[in-house]
Amino acid sequence: MSTHTVTLTVNGQEHTAQVESRLLLTHLIRDVLRLTGTHFGCDTTNCGACTVLLDGAAVKSCTLFAVQANGKSITTVEGMAQNGGLHPLQAAFREHHGLQCGFCTPGMLLSALDFLKKNPDPTEEEIRWGISGNLCRCTGYLSIVKAIKAAAKEMAAGGK
Amino acid sequence: MATQTSQSLGGLGQSVKRKEDVRFIQGKGNYIEDIYLPGMIYGAFVRSPFAHALIKGIDSSAALEVEGVLAVVTAKELAEHNLAWMPTFAGDTQAVLAGDRVLFQGQEVAFVVATSQYTAADGVERVEVDYEELAPVVDPHKSLEMPVIRTDKEDQKDNLIFKWDAGDREATDRIFNEAEVVVSQHTEYQRVHPAPLETCGCVANHDPVTGHTVIYMTSQAPHAHRTVFALVAGHVGLEEHKTRVVAPDIGGGFGNKVPIYPGYVLATVASVLIGKPVKWIETRTENLQSTGFARDYHTTTELAASKDGRIRAMRVRTLADHGAFNAQANPSKWPAGLYSICTGSYDMEAAHVEVNAVYTNKAPGGVAYRCSFRVTEAAYVIERAVDLLARELDMDPVELRRKNFIPKEKFPYRSPTGWVYDSGDYHAAMDKALKIAGYDELRKEQAEKRARGELMGIGISSFTEIAGAGPRKQFDILGLSMNDGAEIRVHPTGTVTARLGVKSQGQGHETTFAQIIAEELGIPSEKIIVEEGDTDTAPYGLGTYGSRSTPVAGGATVLAARRIREKARRIAAHLLEVSVEDVEWKDYQFQVKGVPDKAKTMAEVAFAAYTNVPDGEEMGLETTFYYDPPNFTFPFGTYICVVDIDPGTGEFKIRRFIAVDDAGTIINPMVAEGQVHGGLAEGLAIATMQEIRFDEQGNLLNSSFADYLLPTAVETPDWELGKTVTPSPHHPIGAKGIGESANVGSPQAIVNAVVDALSHLGVTHIDMPITPWKIWQVIQEKGV
Amino acid sequence: MIPSAFEYYAPGSVAEAIALLKTHGDEAKILSGGHSLIPLMKLRFASPAVIIDINGIPGLDYVKEEGGFLKIGALAREASLESSPVVQQKFPLIADVVKVIADPQVRNRATVAGNLAHGDPANDHPAVMLALGAEVELTGPGGSRTLPVSEFFVDLLETALTPEEVLTEIRVPVPPAGSGGAYYKIERKVGDFATIAVGSQVTLDSGGRVTAAGIGLTNAATTPIKATDAEAYLVGKSLDDATLEEAGRLAMAMSDPSSDSRAPAAYKKAMVKELTIRTLKRAAERARGGQA
Repeated sequence: MSTHTVTLTVNGQEHTAQVESRLLLTHLIRDVLRLTGTHFGCDTTNCGACTVLLDGAAVKSCTLFAVQANGKSITTVEGMAQNGGLHPLQAAFREHHGLQCGFCTPGMLLSALDFLKKNPDPTEEEIRWGISGNLCRCTGYLSIVKAIKAAAKEMAAGGK
Repeated sequence: MATQTSQSLGGLGQSVKRKEDVRFIQGKGNYIEDIYLPGMIYGAFVRSPFAHALIKGIDSSAALEVEGVLAVVTAKELAEHNLAWMPTFAGDTQAVLAGDRVLFQGQEVAFVVATSQYTAADGVERVEVDYEELAPVVDPHKSLEMPVIRTDKEDQKDNLIFKWDAGDREATDRIFNEAEVVVSQHTEYQRVHPAPLETCGCVANHDPVTGHTVIYMTSQAPHAHRTVFALVAGHVGLEEHKTRVVAPDIGGGFGNKVPIYPGYVLATVASVLIGKPVKWIETRTENLQSTGFARDYHTTTELAASKDGRIRAMRVRTLADHGAFNAQANPSKWPAGLYSICTGSYDMEAAHVEVNAVYTNKAPGGVAYRCSFRVTEAAYVIERAVDLLARELDMDPVELRRKNFIPKEKFPYRSPTGWVYDSGDYHAAMDKALKIAGYDELRKEQAEKRARGELMGIGISSFTEIAGAGPRKQFDILGLSMNDGAEIRVHPTGTVTARLGVKSQGQGHETTFAQIIAEELGIPSEKIIVEEGDTDTAPYGLGTYGSRSTPVAGGATVLAARRIREKARRIAAHLLEVSVEDVEWKDYQFQVKGVPDKAKTMAEVAFAAYTNVPDGEEMGLETTFYYDPPNFTFPFGTYICVVDIDPGTGEFKIRRFIAVDDAGTIINPMVAEGQVHGGLAEGLAIATMQEIRFDEQGNLLNSSFADYLLPTAVETPDWELGKTVTPSPHHPIGAKGIGESANVGSPQAIVNAVVDALSHLGVTHIDMPITPWKIWQVIQEKGV
Repeated sequence: MIPSAFEYYAPGSVAEAIALLKTHGDEAKILSGGHSLIPLMKLRFASPAVIIDINGIPGLDYVKEEGGFLKIGALAREASLESSPVVQQKFPLIADVVKVIADPQVRNRATVAGNLAHGDPANDHPAVMLALGAEVELTGPGGSRTLPVSEFFVDLLETALTPEEVLTEIRVPVPPAGSGGAYYKIERKVGDFATIAVGSQVTLDSGGRVTAAGIGLTNAATTPIKATDAEAYLVGKSLDDATLEEAGRLAMAMSDPSSDSRAPAAYKKAMVKELTIRTLKRAAERARGGQA
């Protein structure tokens, strides 16, 4: 069994762990670091519930080995809040009822975050494509789209 | 103190922001997989690769050699403890682990327990099972001619599970024999899986010292599950008073988390045997291949009508595929659930419906997937048939529906199959939907497009749902009355803890039930905490499914609050130094009649309930109420779908989807709209994507989300909603429940739209899921 | 869904990676984007004993125009095509295809080279690269060799890569003025593999006649198909309805799709024709400077 020392920054904090080479990044985040906002939903890179930012880009953490994150920076949903307050996306999801069971929400938020970085003033159609790597079974997506649109406005106004 | 209003309280009808969101948006939900206990070990299943086979032997030795593998449990060990079989909610028995034979692909054969999920997976790979393949029964239509699958049941002479019928066979046949017009259509309502984003799982923790067991599980019905555990495994220590079932946050249920699965049992048994906490979390593949599927109803529907478009009778013949064990979750006396609601929104003279259910070598189930026990299947057959009749009569489908709607004066309306619809105004919902859609303009556009060879369709569905099981005289599950409890405790400082026997899986109970109490007690909803899912604290209840939370537990909550108000009124009279008769509840406080500034708030009364109790009165301000609903509620609505089809490729786009719902009184409009959105998306998914498919060997062909398709935001249209409000006359606040209407009402609107787009070519039906290639194929067949 | 155990190496150079391949032979798999490999490993459909992770090798993640080629390095992610000005301006066919590959998160991670190297006829880049006449650079222990992409796909999930080679670069000739391309993918839902898809690239002279045509078919046979009969037929012709019809027919004749969970073969075959016509029309519009 091949094990490796992995050092990575998660939500601004450095962590070092000894991991088996086959350990999935999602398991490192959940089981080792106990950041349980990152979820498993499908195993096959379809649902996006495990989405995190890897060096700023949204990726599905179930499709990376933890060893691949060595030396990298990761943002999970637990790291979204800024200066003790909710991120505008988080606030907008609540305001616009962009979640129900909440299981897809962390992944959805991080996909939206990456998307808005590249598309700060998107149309609703663009938002739909932007979150097409995340499945939601509860909301029928409309309120999520509206929440992201509202957050984009808020972020533009707040210069974030 | 300023006068309270419903708005200031966050009471009924207010779009209060959800309490539960605060933790979910920060990644602080507490789902089953988030539970880590000290010393926890992991379980994983060895599953059958065959749909039907004899088990000749199981060799666990290689698995036990894997470092970290602690045990491999097989049916033999379970049998030693008399735990090899468990009852299903439908009254059948199901193998916890397969003994001498496997009856479906993916069936649980052995349970590997290991120190980590990684080693458990390695162990699973090394368990060697010697199978002897048998011919599988895959096609339900042939099941009755095939050898008996359930050889474990001595009195089982064939593969029939039940034969059930409702309505008046003779009267129906008589009308059909004399009818001017008869239409008939066979439809296959495909097998689907609810596929909530979170799979099923369990963490069982048996304390060998105290003998107590805590079972955290993905349960839509924690109390019912604990009772079943006690019935099955009381003899190994899982007695109800020593067993606590906790359903934590649930990542969607949709009926998938109603049945008891072998994984829950095995994790618990392993914890009892090993004395450590045991975690079992399903993979998505396991979820799709072995847990509660839905639908699989194969139906011939006939309507008899007069030439001028009066529907006179309906005849329904259904073959139901329940898989290898009858594990549907219907009320016990209702094997086909509430399927006899299939006369829908239409006033007709007679109806007869017959369902034959059969065993096949497929995963067990027949769960109510976002619907109230087979009402989706019922709504589908009637709404498809009405469209077919409209075509036959060359009538507009709207006109035909309007002509046959049960008129609002006829409510309460007794249907030909015996249901008493509580209230309805079908014409109003239809009118509203037509107006939002701009129906006449759409038909004009369609005609113009058709002339140019373009394909556009408009589909209607005017459904009637049946929700809120149910009145206990007739509705129980394994004998447990389908009533629900609510406990309310008003604390001395005027805040409230309420506990319910139902269990939210995303519906927002923590918010909406607080609103109900706020409205009844005049205490702001933010001062009210609602707890569910813990059998140690919550009052008994049968759980959340079949849109029963608001109709049943909602009723219990209102009546518990009103009972508290009655006592509070006596205390208020004591404080105000007047007689009880002189005190009235007005503007959310107790007032001396005619003297509004002589008043006491509920908070003041609550404090007095613990500090200044009048003589003859018990201290405290709390109660528990169990509600037995007098009837079901009957939500309804009209949905309109507009679809554009590319004639060259068969690709289609749902351009618009209009949904007008009437679920009576609405507690939280924002949450209600969210429920409709979600139900519509699932209806869309069923109509166009979701299908559990098998090959001739009974191999599941789509065991992951790569092939079991769920729509993304791109396929999902911008839902256009409207509502009418026709309160339920028997529910304490007139609410009917809104969680499932949209899934019940929408699939047929989409199918009707696609068929409508192609109707001028002679197309009368396409089975779900509708795909580009199916559309292309019928276009080819019609030689266009 | 837990992969089997494996030895993990993260070489710092291509040479080091190739040396590792040489040492471990068939037991080893190259891990780049990993979005074909890791899902297979999680399902234990693939259980390589050795994983050689090339993500740490510097300088392989480029997308650049150089010497008349668009050069795509081994570690260039799909997303970098989306953000590449040269792709967006000069390769409408690639701009089309990258939007319909999987989903945004996958495109942030999956590599273009991996999309080719997996040898899956249902992947989208193979057909596109066939239509564009691209070539691939394969680097092994003896150095590099260059192969036209039309010789790269050998059989289902089998390419010309030897076990000791790495696909180090994709080179796509920059089309001359008057060129355009388009991709049309029929998929069951966004993010799915193609039910069937066609990519077309044309160059037109000033009179509107085709001087060069490339047509690639996705998921139309056990390997990606270059519809050479249709391509040859088109040269010298104007794209009138009859010509398009015949090109579609010729492309269809070269396809040999099988029935699967996505659609019956008859549908796919008919769609090869339909989509060939549609993409050629669109490509021609773009060649004429219409909407890019």
